[in-house]
Amino acid sequence: MKAGIIVFPGINRERDMAIALERSSGRAPRMVWHTETDLDGLDLVVIPGGFSYGDYLRCGAMAAQSPVMDAVRRHVARGGYLLGACNGFQIMVEAGLLPGALLRNASLRFLAMDCHLRVERTDTAFTNHYQRGQVARAVLAHGEGNYFADDATLDRLEGEELVAFRYATPVGEITPEANLNGSARNIAGIYSPDLRVLGLMPHLENLVDPLTGGTDGKPLFDALAA
Amino acid sequence: MQRDVNQALAREFGLSADEYATVLQIMGRTPSLTELGVFSVMWSEHCSYKSSRVWLRQLPTKAPWVLQGPGENAGVVEIGEGLAAVFKMESHNHPSFIEPYQGAATGVGGILRDVFTMGARPIANLNALRFGRPDNPVTKRLVDGIVRGIGGYGNCVGVPTVGGEINFHRAYDGNPLVNAMTVGIARADRIFLSAAAGVGNPVVYVGSKTGRDGIHGATMASAEFAADSEEKRPTVQVGDPFTEKLLIEACLELMETDAIVAIQDMGAAGLTSSSVEMAGKGGVGIELDLDKVPQRETGMTAYEMMLSESQERMLMILRTDRQELAAAIFHKWELDFAVIGHLTDTGRIVVRHQGRIEADIPLAPLNDKAPLYHRPTTETKKQEPLNATRIEDRLGLGAALERLIACPDLCSRAWVWDQYDATVRGQTVKRPGTADAAVVRIDGRKLALALTTDCTPRYCAADPEEGGRQAVAEAWRNLTAVGARPLALTDNMNFGNPEKPEIMGQFAAAIRGMAAACEALNFPVVSGNVSLYNETQGRAILPTPVIGGLGVLDDAATAVGIALPPWLDIVLIGATKGWLGQSLWLREIAGREEGAPPPVDLAAERAAGDFVRGQIASGLVRACHDVSDGGLLVALAEMAMAGGTGARLSVHPRDIPGHAFWFGEDQGRYVLAVPEAGMVIRAAEAAGVPAARIGTSGGRDLTLPDGATISVEALRNAHTRFFRTWMG
Repeated sequence: MKAGIIVFPGINRERDMAIALERSSGRAPRMVWHTETDLDGLDLVVIPGGFSYGDYLRCGAMAAQSPVMDAVRRHVARGGYLLGACNGFQIMVEAGLLPGALLRNASLRFLAMDCHLRVERTDTAFTNHYQRGQVARAVLAHGEGNYFADDATLDRLEGEELVAFRYATPVGEITPEANLNGSARNIAGIYSPDLRVLGLMPHLENLVDPLTGGTDGKPLFDALAA
Repeated sequence: MQRDVNQALAREFGLSADEYATVLQIMGRTPSLTELGVFSVMWSEHCSYKSSRVWLRQLPTKAPWVLQGPGENAGVVEIGEGLAAVFKMESHNHPSFIEPYQGAATGVGGILRDVFTMGARPIANLNALRFGRPDNPVTKRLVDGIVRGIGGYGNCVGVPTVGGEINFHRAYDGNPLVNAMTVGIARADRIFLSAAAGVGNPVVYVGSKTGRDGIHGATMASAEFAADSEEKRPTVQVGDPFTEKLLIEACLELMETDAIVAIQDMGAAGLTSSSVEMAGKGGVGIELDLDKVPQRETGMTAYEMMLSESQERMLMILRTDRQELAAAIFHKWELDFAVIGHLTDTGRIVVRHQGRIEADIPLAPLNDKAPLYHRPTTETKKQEPLNATRIEDRLGLGAALERLIACPDLCSRAWVWDQYDATVRGQTVKRPGTADAAVVRIDGRKLALALTTDCTPRYCAADPEEGGRQAVAEAWRNLTAVGARPLALTDNMNFGNPEKPEIMGQFAAAIRGMAAACEALNFPVVSGNVSLYNETQGRAILPTPVIGGLGVLDDAATAVGIALPPWLDIVLIGATKGWLGQSLWLREIAGREEGAPPPVDLAAERAAGDFVRGQIASGLVRACHDVSDGGLLVALAEMAMAGGTGARLSVHPRDIPGHAFWFGEDQGRYVLAVPEAGMVIRAAEAAGVPAARIGTSGGRDLTLPDGATISVEALRNAHTRFFRTWMG
């Protein structure tokens, strides 16, 4: 897939995302400044992590109003793939591209640590390089990643199998202890109904190199390189 | 604020009678309020180093790889492949006590600016923190606020916080220390300096708008605290990491062009120090029009604008013909960009505001006649070495170990690290707690930097010279223990009131010890910061000369950590005499803080370190940990916990009591995990370095030589208990 990474002022994991994409695909992604409005020719658009606009109003709220987001909506409407990680997920939720909200972590502290994710389905364009039920280690780095939605929405997400990843123990059990930020039903990431939009809080892009912690995130980018 | 300028006001601004007399002599008239403000901040301890300069000169600052030593915004060393590392450490002690979150946050912001000012992209932050007793009710609030502040700023700007240290001691009850270090990477041939040049060139202000925050912050940081420190809150600045992030990107983008003649951040003493220092270093004059300064408050006076310490601001001298290009870059990043003056050939700083000249000062005497004090010193009385055989071990090895690894000074710092983003940028090879030094790779290369901060204040208090020597040696050792070649250091000298001879004596002795170690280890000082007056109601902190060490690895893949793998031989490098004086065992188990601190034999240090580095380079070493606080058994327990693997220890030292052997803090030692001890020991003998096999790794328990066993699980529980229960 031809990939582009959107950069808002205050985004800081765009380079990490570019490294991960290039490592799997061999191609450097296009970096898209937030004032651009043309995403033509991109198969995959990525909104990376960071602190867009300092997270000053509410995480992702200001970036969601940015000119480029109309282009992102058009990209999604015409069937393009969209991935958002951390602040990217927050922006997508604020823009109404995915349901729910991301509240402050239950501990009310910034969490910067490894977590484990259970891969909930492996038949999507994002996860088809993972094994079913596989547990992937990932990096958490956020203050507001506590996924929240009303019960009807959560039931629908589960009923339609739109939960992408759940916080789990290293052996794949879904427990309260593994749910580091307090997310509803241990949800770490969700899909849109057509499975072309994925938002998740943890950083799989930071685990693509054995030297910097492991390669549990690489299957995501290998899948997207196809 | 309209006040009569006289000696009383000068004293209020922190100038002595003699200093004010010099001001009058330089000016030939009574200075204006703004002029007095300029003199007082430029001549404050914080900006002028007036008490410390005579001693700092003794530190070695040169080596073939040093591109820029002390005197610029940060130090610069060549690291190979045409690249340079730019780094410095700086204190934000006083503000962090008054307002922990903002004090610590702006400390991180300030040191970041010192580094990217020179053209370097920041790639790592570290911080060295000292707090008072955990049972002092204030301490918990300070730890919480300072950790949040460091995280809040560093996480947002996207620079990983990869290392540091924390100590607790009652001497810091009224004066916590927050020392922040930033490391950046630049092209070795593209280092930006601060000396202004080119008469007529525009003086450009970029970044945040100026407000009334932080006025006289530098003066506040140059005095002791009385009981009224709460009232000093308005002198603390407020940080905006989002603007800082934009400023980093905008400055680095501009630095790709040839527009910048000189650049400096507006740190302590804001517009005053940046303009005075840049023009002074360049030997030119400077004229500022304050009406052009971007302001976020109305009705500010010249005095307020010149002394404001509003954050996230930079001053640049640009080439006249590149002004528009530069403006376009800053507008893209939505930052203020204002031409606020120009360089002149008058050798004076002239400040205009609303049609009036508010200041007109000759720069040469403002810089050259800054006070320089050779303050009286008295030596710290030396303590006798403690005789370990006379100190009874009532607890036994196992119980003492469990207590030691649970004490505030040795327990797991995971609660703190878990709030700092250590992985952003995707280059962190060794995260906090996994190795003796953090290891951060250079994007797109094999080359990596090793980074550490070190100081053992209780040694420094007992013997400042030995403590200074030890701090440098330990930093060098920690870099060595990951396999790096130590290159240079930055120092952060935290002391009490220099007007007291015993404090100045501590300072002078610490410098002496540091200089000797720098010399012997070929490990020069390239930047640093001095923080004096760390006293509250007459009580001083422990002398705390913190060392920030930097080393290089040609291949990040060769870095080793402390995690102990199973089924290996464990080898101790270096000599053990069982030195219990000033050890944590003595303090935590025997309840005594006394004796001479362990001496550092610099020749032995060098030999052991060079040997260990060679062994790591040969690929034989699977784990390496230096032996420091808590001694050998604590080092082994830390390796076991990091690796999730136990060990069986099999040494029965003769001549030394068991507790002294296992908990003594003899210097210059390392623990290695290797496939076969014999080879390493023979190589060590050939190199004249003491080495001995002390056990083997494997299993789930640590089996002590007296037969006692502790599971690694139990060790971890004890190790993580303190912060878990203290902070909830």
